[in-house]
Amino acid sequence: MDIFVLLKMVPDVVEELVIGENGKSLDPQMLRVKLSDPDEHALEQAILLKEKHKGTVTVVAMEAPEVDEILFTAFAKGADNAVKLTGDWTGIQAPSIARLFASYFSSANRQLGSQALVLLGSQAIDDLEGEVAPYLAELLGVPYIGVVTGIRLDEENKKIMVMKEFAGGLRGEFELPLPAVLGVQAAEKPPRYVPVAKVRSVMKSSHVETLEVPPPEGIAGLSIDRLFTPEAAGKAEMLEGAPEEASARIVEILAERGLLGR
Amino acid sequence: MQEPILVLAEHLKGELADITFEMLGAARKLADQLKAPLYTAVFGKDVAPLTSQLGVADSVFVLDHPQLDMPSADVAAGLLKKLVEQKGVSLVLIGGTNVSAGIGPRLSFRLNLPFVNFCRNIRVENGSTIFTSQLFGGKILSDVRLPENRGVVSVYPGSFAADAGRSDKKPSVEKVDLPVEETKIVFKRYIEPEAGDIDITKQDILISIGRGIVSADNIAMVEELARALGGAVCASRPVIDQGWLPLSRQVGKSGMTVKPKLYMSFGVSGAPEHVEGMKDAGLIISVNTDPNAPIFGVSHYGVCADLFDVLPALVEKIKTH
Repeated sequence: MDIFVLLKMVPDVVEELVIGENGKSLDPQMLRVKLSDPDEHALEQAILLKEKHKGTVTVVAMEAPEVDEILFTAFAKGADNAVKLTGDWTGIQAPSIARLFASYFSSANRQLGSQALVLLGSQAIDDLEGEVAPYLAELLGVPYIGVVTGIRLDEENKKIMVMKEFAGGLRGEFELPLPAVLGVQAAEKPPRYVPVAKVRSVMKSSHVETLEVPPPEGIAGLSIDRLFTPEAAGKAEMLEGAPEEASARIVEILAERGLLGR
Repeated sequence: MQEPILVLAEHLKGELADITFEMLGAARKLADQLKAPLYTAVFGKDVAPLTSQLGVADSVFVLDHPQLDMPSADVAAGLLKKLVEQKGVSLVLIGGTNVSAGIGPRLSFRLNLPFVNFCRNIRVENGSTIFTSQLFGGKILSDVRLPENRGVVSVYPGSFAADAGRSDKKPSVEKVDLPVEETKIVFKRYIEPEAGDIDITKQDILISIGRGIVSADNIAMVEELARALGGAVCASRPVIDQGWLPLSRQVGKSGMTVKPKLYMSFGVSGAPEHVEGMKDAGLIISVNTDPNAPIFGVSHYGVCADLFDVLPALVEKIKTH
């Protein structure tokens, strides 16, 4: 099985997000990025599949701050190859990102084979113009399923059984042939942890390939008027004071509403 | 006059989903403002009976086909593209749900029209339609426009009132004959949720935990509070993905929708996917270290503090009450 995992970095929402002076994008100076959570699950799912069925895992990431560390961490987790796409394409959206990834598969020695499975995060928190995976599936002309939480390979390595989440805990099972593109929501196991020491030692022995990709052109896009912070935040009445005081107030509120002593 | 607006009706297991009515309500208002006709399309197997509930639309296009049991995103996008071209549609609304995931981008690609994701509000200003999308887990909103008001929009569930999309009016239904493309994706079966030890949808009191709980070892503290209040522990997605609590305890988009009398959250940021499943709880009290956490936007009371300080204090106060 040839598994490809395509990674992208997203703003870390644990940090305060600052809107830039143009009012239309986040201030890049104030921005901290991290690997998109579902992408981390896509990587874990890839490693799990490799452990079970053999094969190779190739991670492909868009250039971003700290992405090298992400790629070396992927090596430490069990990836075999890592590729960094470089180019001048700040602020691009899913339709263009999909084209960048598609261009990776366009060169003669990288065509998707009959054993190829391409995994991405099912969605990302900055997917204003849609998710990357379905656009990529269109470009590569292969089947796609999103919101995936489980993947099994048949004995002949030709078909996969995929679990997709609907709602309310209901899931569906689908069968599709390889090659395919899947949007992973959650891996079958939580993403593994690798110690920093292991990542450091991998840095000395592994090599990240670099591939320059020109910015895609001629894609119909949105026009952004402005970004703003939602006003609704602050609806809650904040209970001030030390934890004991706040707790005492909570107990009063619960008692008033008959929610204690049940 | 604007060209027609089309809503893709979403259904699962023989029932129309709430998002269908949310979209119809929002699209009806928009269509009236723009003086545009409102269409809705239903694709599926044995879906003809569903059309009677779609009277808010001016026209309902139905394609009932045995091969359309749980159509894949490429098949649905293929059908929509043909319908958009046949009927001269300018704007397509699709549910931002797991069920419809992937249809919008595939349609946008094939029509070469822009796609608006995470849409939470729609308004018209000087004849131009402005869509408000949420970004970064609900921390930022973005006003965007589609060139010439043409494009594909994914509507975030829970953004519009579903009641505005319901009507007793008898709709005008047209059976459409569109070729159903072959697909390599075969729907095999539904997998029903495993019954957990506790049905969180039937609890009056829920104590919810999120990423802020840090480790599975800390859940015992939360369980103590749940016991003191006579409730149960539930969680947002990150806790479930870590395997710290079973899937049956997940609240939100992929998990359960709950409406307890009391919902207390600890270390839950309030990502839209989570809020969707708990916003209608009777009383919501949230504890989070981040004063800007979106969870405070849907809570009645908030405490900006470390949950590990509040939890023991709260348990103590309840026990001595």
